Amino acid sequence: MLNYTLYINGKKRVVTADADTPLLWILRDELNLIGTKFGCGIAECGACTVHIDGVATRSCQMKVSFLDDVKITTIEGLSEDGKHPVQEAWKEIDVPQCGYCQAGQIMTASAFLAENKNPSKEEIREAMHGNICRCASYNRIEKAVKVAAEKMS
Amino acid sequence: MESQNKYNFSRRNFLKTSVLASGGMLIGFNLLTACKPEAVMPVDIKSLNFNDFNAFIKISDEGYVTLFSPNPEIGQGVKTSMPMIIAEELDVAWSKVNVVQATLDTKNFQRQLAGGSQSISFGWDALRQTGATAKQMLVNAAAIKWNVDASTCKASKGIITNANGDQLGYGDVVKEAALLEVPENVKLKEAKDFTIIGQEIVNVDIDKIITGKPLFGLDYKAADMLYATVLRPPAFGQVLDSFDATEAKKVKGVIDVITIGGKVRDYINSGKNDWTFVMSETDKVVVVAKNTWAAIKGKKALSATWKQDSKLESTEDHDTILTKILEGNKFDVRREDGNIKKAFINADKVIEKTYHSPFLPHNCMEPMNFYANVSSEKVHLVGPVQTPEYAAKVVADMLNVDLDRVSVEMTRMGGGFGRRLYGDFVYEAAEISSAIKKPVKLISTREDDMTMGVYRPAIKYRIKAAIKDGKITGYHLKEAAINGNMYGLIPNFFPAGCIPNFKVETSNYKSNITTGAWRAPYTNFLAFAEQSFFDELALELNIDALQLRLDLLQNVKNTTDKRIEYSGKRMEDTIKLVKEKGNWGKVEKGVFQGFSAYYSHNTHVAEIAEIVLKEGFPIVKKVTVAVDCGVVINPTGARNQVEGGVIDGIGHAMYADFSFNKGKPKYKNFNTYRLIRMQETPKVAVHFVENNLSPTGLGEPGLPPAGGAVANAINIALGKRIYSQPFINEL
Ligand code: FES
Ligand code: FES
Repeated sequence: MLNYTLYINGKKRVVTADADTPLLWILRDELNLIGTKFGCGIAECGACTVHIDGVATRSCQMKVSFLDDVKITTIEGLSEDGKHPVQEAWKEIDVPQCGYCQAGQIMTASAFLAENKNPSKEEIREAMHGNICRCASYNRIEKAVKVAAEKMS
Repeated sequence: MESQNKYNFSRRNFLKTSVLASGGMLIGFNLLTACKPEAVMPVDIKSLNFNDFNAFIKISDEGYVTLFSPNPEIGQGVKTSMPMIIAEELDVAWSKVNVVQATLDTKNFQRQLAGGSQSISFGWDALRQTGATAKQMLVNAAAIKWNVDASTCKASKGIITNANGDQLGYGDVVKEAALLEVPENVKLKEAKDFTIIGQEIVNVDIDKIITGKPLFGLDYKAADMLYATVLRPPAFGQVLDSFDATEAKKVKGVIDVITIGGKVRDYINSGKNDWTFVMSETDKVVVVAKNTWAAIKGKKALSATWKQDSKLESTEDHDTILTKILEGNKFDVRREDGNIKKAFINADKVIEKTYHSPFLPHNCMEPMNFYANVSSEKVHLVGPVQTPEYAAKVVADMLNVDLDRVSVEMTRMGGGFGRRLYGDFVYEAAEISSAIKKPVKLISTREDDMTMGVYRPAIKYRIKAAIKDGKITGYHLKEAAINGNMYGLIPNFFPAGCIPNFKVETSNYKSNITTGAWRAPYTNFLAFAEQSFFDELALELNIDALQLRLDLLQNVKNTTDKRIEYSGKRMEDTIKLVKEKGNWGKVEKGVFQGFSAYYSHNTHVAEIAEIVLKEGFPIVKKVTVAVDCGVVINPTGARNQVEGGVIDGIGHAMYADFSFNKGKPKYKNFNTYRLIRMQETPKVAVHFVENNLSPTGLGEPGLPPAGGAVANAINIALGKRIYSQPFINEL
């Protein structure tokens, strides 16, 4: 076990863990940041998506020992008050059904919109294709990303 | 408003009120009077002798209303729509209503489950009566204060007003109201006066969901809680032979490696288990660890040998067995009208087709997990399960403790689809905690979740129709399924009553692969089979496919047959609505339409799917849906439900493959098991038939017709009939 210093949601956090521990379980078990969800563990569903230096990343496949000097943002740190335009759009459209996949969807969408301010429908569908929603809220996700893009411009 | 009073209330045990020590008024009521009403709430009600009630409303001195909702939320929006109904009749502003998931201290408490899309239909009358009764009591209390006749007072949005214009808030009179007698025969609102029902109201948990607050079972934590993973036999039909935990114990964070299974075995041998108990009798190896990752790594480091206990079955075996069943004559007759034999002898033409569906895992987004803390005094269980009362009973029996000592706390569920009706993971968690004498959270990886069992069973249908003088005169449906057969109501769904000579027969084969309910059980595939078959018949008869259904429905519209479950008239109206909204028969070149309609879970649904071809491959572009589900409580939630069901139906029909090789599931995770994703998702337009009838289920009925509508469109586009799921293997 080693000590690792992580920068998460603007705060410095020191954790003791095995080098191969995925960031996902550091967040959930050690730091009690349970907003990031476990869905598949093999980078196939997107439930565990966080931002690493602004890039949407699957935390289930990101080992804690690879996270030197990077800035990690989780759903808890996306905004201070739940008022990030993507979160607001999610609420406006009432996207979630069971809700389990939605933190991952929001993190994927917010990283995507930071890069692409005015996405087409096809670009949205492509960007969100990697995130599974078992409840199939896909059409509302597409709509909410569009609404969020408008809010951000 | 028509109100189908299926569930009669005995006024005496229907509702009770009391003043709360902490201020405000508590109203206890029986949400579902079909149940044995014994449950305890986490508020101070012991002294109030409130054990007769299973749902509670608290009205505070400030006029805020808290509803303790006993119904588990699995994504069907009941946690929002049920309080909407109460708030409507109670006449409070929606912004003053707060909903809290109730904890269940269970004892003979039934129907606290979310399954079968029934929550709303069961609750409708009870919820309205409760809201209206509480409102009347508040009004009566205000009238006494003012010394006026209650009939001269009105209440709206939490404010009571008398003829002089004096006003009192609900909070001002709660203490007095709580002491009044419960009035009888309160007046319910007219549908036209609804101000909350029918409004677009967002999910009550929305803020928590979008900010990542703990809600789900996997998010639950308790002091000193440990984590456990379970190594189960890799194949159905195997049991544990031996294991070596040396390497697993070397993993940092692993605390212990134990075996469980004995308690489940004893329970099965006691004969108390009923058909809903789906677990094998094997021992399992459990890794107990300080955190999830150590538990997962520890399990990987285990080595175990397994021995064969019963047959190791493969998909090919099932195929042969089910086909043999269909060809044999050992069936249970489930419905029979007229003389089917004669109809086939006299027929001009006989058409017979066979349809096949594979096993399917549920794949809830949140893998199965549960918290258990078994101590000598009590058993505390927390997590996502759709049948808390049943789980509590089994755990009490298994651990040989008094049911009074078992409490179940329900969390929000990351999907259900029928999987969480089965408590196998609850029993495992309880057995682990009882062995290690510590609080523990059982965790499943996706691989565990997909291979641990309880699948939709594989099924084959053979349908035969007799045609005479351009009419369908005979209809014979045979079902050969794994482990069980269609439930009792299904033989009376459409097309029962439409065809004079009619027979439904079922038979099954008992497999050691565990199976259970999967979103819209049986109808999820039966609708595909029948609706594809009718499409074929329409072509044969040279009648428009949609018109054929309307023609058939004329025969059932004035039926006196009480067994018929659906309404010919409502189905007709639903089909006509989809015909109009979906522009049936009027599409541009290159777009191909398919039609399907089905009744299930008390709801009538009709769908038109539109596909286009991309390099010869069909892409579903749009689905138009018409739904008759009675009064629409929350249009946003209702549309979401239907839309999710339709896309789910298409996704599984198109892509979902699952099979077994010598008892071993072929797929384990989403890299090989394909679920529908964003780019494959069609647009879905949902239209509701407007009426004032009691609300019916929405979590499931959108799904069954979807596969058939797509298959029928594919046939138009490619001239290819599909008889098996997944379609992708046929294209
Ligand atoms: S849990 Fe990481 S992608 Fe599924
Ligand atoms: S909302 Fe349930 S998985 Fe997406």
